[in-house]
Amino acid sequence: MNIQEIQNEIIEEFSMFEDWEERYQYMIDLGKTLPLIEAQYKTEDNIIKGCQSKVWVHAELKEDKIAFTADSDAIITKGIIAILIRVFSNQHPAAILEANTDFIDQIGLKEHLSPTRANGLVSMIKQLKLYAIAYQTQLN
Amino acid sequence: MLDLKKIRADFPILKREVNGKPLVYFDNAATSQTPQQVIDVIIDYYSNYNANIHRGVHALSQEATDKYEAARHTIQKHFNAKHAHEIIYTSGTTHSINLIANGFASLLKKGDEIIVSALEHHSNIVPWQMLCEKTGAILKVIPMNQDGELVMHEYDNLLNENTKLVFTNHISNALGTINPIEEIINKAHQVGAAVLIDGAQACPHVKPDVQDLDVDFYVASAHKMCGPTGVGMLYGKEEWLNKLPPYQGGGEMIAEVSFTKTTYAGLPHKFEAGTPNICGGIAFGAAIDYMNTIGFDAIAKYEHELLEYATKALIEIEGLKIYGTANNKTSVVSFNLEGIHPYDVGTILDKLGIAVRTGHHCAQPIMDFFKIPGTVRASFAFYNTKEEIDALVSGVKKAKMMLS
Ligand SMILES: Cc1ncc(COP(=O)(O)O)c(C=O)c1O
Repeated sequence: MNIQEIQNEIIEEFSMFEDWEERYQYMIDLGKTLPLIEAQYKTEDNIIKGCQSKVWVHAELKEDKIAFTADSDAIITKGIIAILIRVFSNQHPAAILEANTDFIDQIGLKEHLSPTRANGLVSMIKQLKLYAIAYQTQLN
Repeated sequence: MLDLKKIRADFPILKREVNGKPLVYFDNAATSQTPQQVIDVIIDYYSNYNANIHRGVHALSQEATDKYEAARHTIQKHFNAKHAHEIIYTSGTTHSINLIANGFASLLKKGDEIIVSALEHHSNIVPWQMLCEKTGAILKVIPMNQDGELVMHEYDNLLNENTKLVFTNHISNALGTINPIEEIINKAHQVGAAVLIDGAQACPHVKPDVQDLDVDFYVASAHKMCGPTGVGMLYGKEEWLNKLPPYQGGGEMIAEVSFTKTTYAGLPHKFEAGTPNICGGIAFGAAIDYMNTIGFDAIAKYEHELLEYATKALIEIEGLKIYGTANNKTSVVSFNLEGIHPYDVGTILDKLGIAVRTGHHCAQPIMDFFKIPGTVRASFAFYNTKEEIDALVSGVKKAKMMLS
């Protein structure tokens, strides 16, 4: 699936939730069940320090696609990361660079991507894009 | 007894809804809410007599100047300073502290010592670190114990004839601990050191008497005591303020200027360069008047009730741990749910319309001490109610259910 298709799929999934509680419970459960990053990559180098929660991101080029893994010490942040990873991972660098995160708005999680929220997510998305730029250069 | 119904009616913001729920505002230690009486003063200023002060001969300027200076007198009386010129308007506690730290740069030499407490707001440690770098003075820290109280016998050991300045907060923002500042001040004076007390967290709850305390410097922010943001005060004993050089150069702070020499204005203008927050200063005075009408004794008594009520209900939640268990503390409860990140708890509470602070509360060293990433902090003001605390408690229970 391409990024747009995955985003549409997520929007559809979220449209089934009746209220914020169901949306949040879903994210919390996502955050709890997913082992997102291998312990060896949970390093100081891979850390993005939000004021509130920490985020770790690791990227690897697999053929011509980037595989991202990430984690956070806060579970709601981690749930959102799981959603972002589902969208951005295993995609071509060019597609990652083109993509936006407007879908987050549509699934009612906009406030978590506010630059002033200090949970590390905005910096994480920036970091995903930086990896995409780096790997694209490498591929060319 | 406080008339809660009447008091709450003074605060228009308390009628608001957040995320479809009635707002429960428990982030008072960060910024308090503003009563209509203060809002009216702000509106009146901009509607009727907005003008620059101390300069014009015209009526508006005179009116603004009179009200601004009257507010200084209100602040003076409130803190029981000997002279009105011992009250310096600043943009807030941070500014006040920097002003003093900067002034001491010319008074300190290599090997002098500054003592700060382990309970500080971390942004307030930075000015002293900068001062030490500049002068070669040494920074020493009074440690705290597991309850979040300062270890006073360690303080005794730190004091000596090289100690030039002691800095501590009156009340800790992260834990609510009320520090024994009388003892801290007395002992510092015995070795000839000056004492600066950060009253940012104390002034919303108590009415400090700077002469009685015999404190050399005392600082506070209006926005934590029902006033607007961007204005605060510095009290300094006259002889100390005369000793300190000016902080910033500019208009207002000079008596005479030529290209070879400038003579500084007297107190308080020497420290008030440029056009100040005039409206803010006047509103600060109104905020102090408002709080005094409610009465600090009544405020302290009621807030203590809220604290006990909240503490009792919260500790019944299994896995909830409270940080800051000093005997003597204000209406702040800092806590965590076992195995749950404070940010997650705060996010769920926000969804329920409950405003708390999460994170390290600008007190990273304290969080490191307890080895936690932060806490959830609920801080209560005299306009909060037990029903709101009930909402918090059930919100925390809900967060626990969703997150564990
Ligand atoms: C103890 C303490 N000192 C200083 C400050 C800083 O105050 P301001 O931001 O108003 O300068 C705060 C505010 O959180 C505080 O709690």
